[in-house]
Amino acid sequence: MSLDGALTRRPRGAWLRLPRVWRSPLAVVGAAIAVAWLVVAVSAPAWVPYPPDAQQLPRLSPPGEGTLLGTDALGRDVFSRLMTGASTTIPLALGLVVASAVIGVVVGAVAGWFGGWVDEALMRLTDLVMAFPTVILAMVVAASLGPSLYNAVIAAVVVSWPQYARVTRSLVLGLRTLNYVVAGRLLGRSPVTSLVVDVAPNVVGPVVVLATLDVGAAVLLLSGLSFLGLGAQPPTAEWGSMISGALANFDAWWIGTFPGLAILTVVMAFNFLGDALRDAVDPTSRTERTAVGVASAPQSVELPVEEDRP
Amino acid sequence: MLLLLGVTLVTFTLTNLVPGDPIAAALGEGAAANPATVQAYVERYGLDDPLPVQYLTYLGNLAHGDLGRSLATGRPVASDLATAVPATIEIAVCAVVVSLLVATALGTVAAHRRNLVTDQVVRVVSLIGLSLPTFWLALVAYDLFFRRLGIAPGSGRLSPSLTPPPTITGLYTVDFMLDGDSVGFVDAAAHLALPVGVLSLFTIGLLTRFIRTSVLEVLDSEYVRAARAKGLGPGRVVVGYVLRGASLPILTVVGIAFGSLLSGTVLVESVFAWPGLGTYAYQAASNLDLPGIMGVGLVVGVIYLVLNLIVDVLYGVLDPRVRLA
Repeated sequence: MSLDGALTRRPRGAWLRLPRVWRSPLAVVGAAIAVAWLVVAVSAPAWVPYPPDAQQLPRLSPPGEGTLLGTDALGRDVFSRLMTGASTTIPLALGLVVASAVIGVVVGAVAGWFGGWVDEALMRLTDLVMAFPTVILAMVVAASLGPSLYNAVIAAVVVSWPQYARVTRSLVLGLRTLNYVVAGRLLGRSPVTSLVVDVAPNVVGPVVVLATLDVGAAVLLLSGLSFLGLGAQPPTAEWGSMISGALANFDAWWIGTFPGLAILTVVMAFNFLGDALRDAVDPTSRTERTAVGVASAPQSVELPVEEDRP
Repeated sequence: MLLLLGVTLVTFTLTNLVPGDPIAAALGEGAAANPATVQAYVERYGLDDPLPVQYLTYLGNLAHGDLGRSLATGRPVASDLATAVPATIEIAVCAVVVSLLVATALGTVAAHRRNLVTDQVVRVVSLIGLSLPTFWLALVAYDLFFRRLGIAPGSGRLSPSLTPPPTITGLYTVDFMLDGDSVGFVDAAAHLALPVGVLSLFTIGLLTRFIRTSVLEVLDSEYVRAARAKGLGPGRVVVGYVLRGASLPILTVVGIAFGSLLSGTVLVESVFAWPGLGTYAYQAASNLDLPGIMGVGLVVGVIYLVLNLIVDVLYGVLDPRVRLA
């Protein structure tokens, strides 16, 4: 067999193989739960048994007695509010992650690509934001803007863009002096074209991993702010504020338990997915064993520690 | 130092340039409608000076240790914080110690059993730990262990029947110990158990992953193989060689974990009515209490800086190469 043939020959059935991420059970479980919640988020208002704000049922009735998951102190159906809560929280969490990723990537790319005082100024700014624990800064911002769900989202964006900026900057810094990028510039590409055509494709992977892990953080932050009364306002059906409503009714365990489980499963799904994605993208944290004596892959992807979240 | 100045600037700007109305919040809707009351209030707190002047006034007062008077409690912010900070430090330090011990054990075991069932279980457990909403967990733990099982004490730092110890460090457990009061010590420690346990779960999830990675890196190194080849037992190899080699990256993550704990306390303290920084921050934020908010931001910023300093010093202690460089 010629060398050429050996290099191009593919194992039989290779086209059937799933990409490496989907071979991890963690990713499959995570994706399944996430998709299920997305479906609920989109469709819940159409099929929940009671309107989420209707106070028409007997108060504080336990699960199984007329309603699936019981009712709260105002006679509202916990199950209906739980499902409607998905359509409150999940789209906002996804939106805020996309917004922070876009802002962070642009800032990081500009800082890393142009360097000099631009880099210095932008990075001092990110340092400043990161000098606060996220929840405390988000709380201050949300309180100053006035308590509302949308202000909580803005506060969450304010505290979460710097991590994308840092990752993007360090990637761009490493990439911009590589030969293929320099060659592109010598071919006459403008800085912006080069950034988009040559550099961007190598930044996308780590940013997507980071964003997936960040969806969980976003859900936790949003529901945490609502729990503190700085996010969703009554009577909005939102998981965090449902749990804070349970503080006043300890004996009705079902009011707080189920929203907490909802948050847990959503966050877990995205964490599973993100973790499996990281394994696929980042060779240094891979679970698979590299043979002793074989040079390990260079540290190409620097993912930050997931910092302080509730 | 520059960062500290930046921190004051951020808190100041944030609390001033955003559309909340602190005057209405402090006086109530009725009083805010009376122009004379508003005028007196504005003059008393210097709220009608231009913003840069207000900022300089704030910095000048800061240099004298004066953080202003809380609009919510009516007491000086500095003295409010003086009681709140030790309460939070007590929880955070205990949680760091507990989670470091547990996470080191889990991470080391997972690294030794890489890719086996144990490793996967540890991975899933730590991911679940990272996914738990702490405020919900606090609520469930409080309901279960205090209200239903009755094996944990209720909220606060002490049982109502006991008097707080003489203030030496502000940490109740330490103060009771210095005072030689064993009943008080046990009670204070019991009150710590639930909040610390709840906060630790998240941090354990965070730390385990990193400790596993750091241990893995060291496990394949030559000096560890040499130690094994010498015939040292597995216990001595892990403690004396592997963990020592992995201590620097672990130290970095512990610094970060401490920061995440400060965030976590905000959500957990309010459930346990723990009179710390978190509860204070929440009260200040919901009352639009500007001096209170700025004080908390400043104190947390300072804690962060001190923490980074301690981590830097410890690098030198743990690794002679850092000292020489």
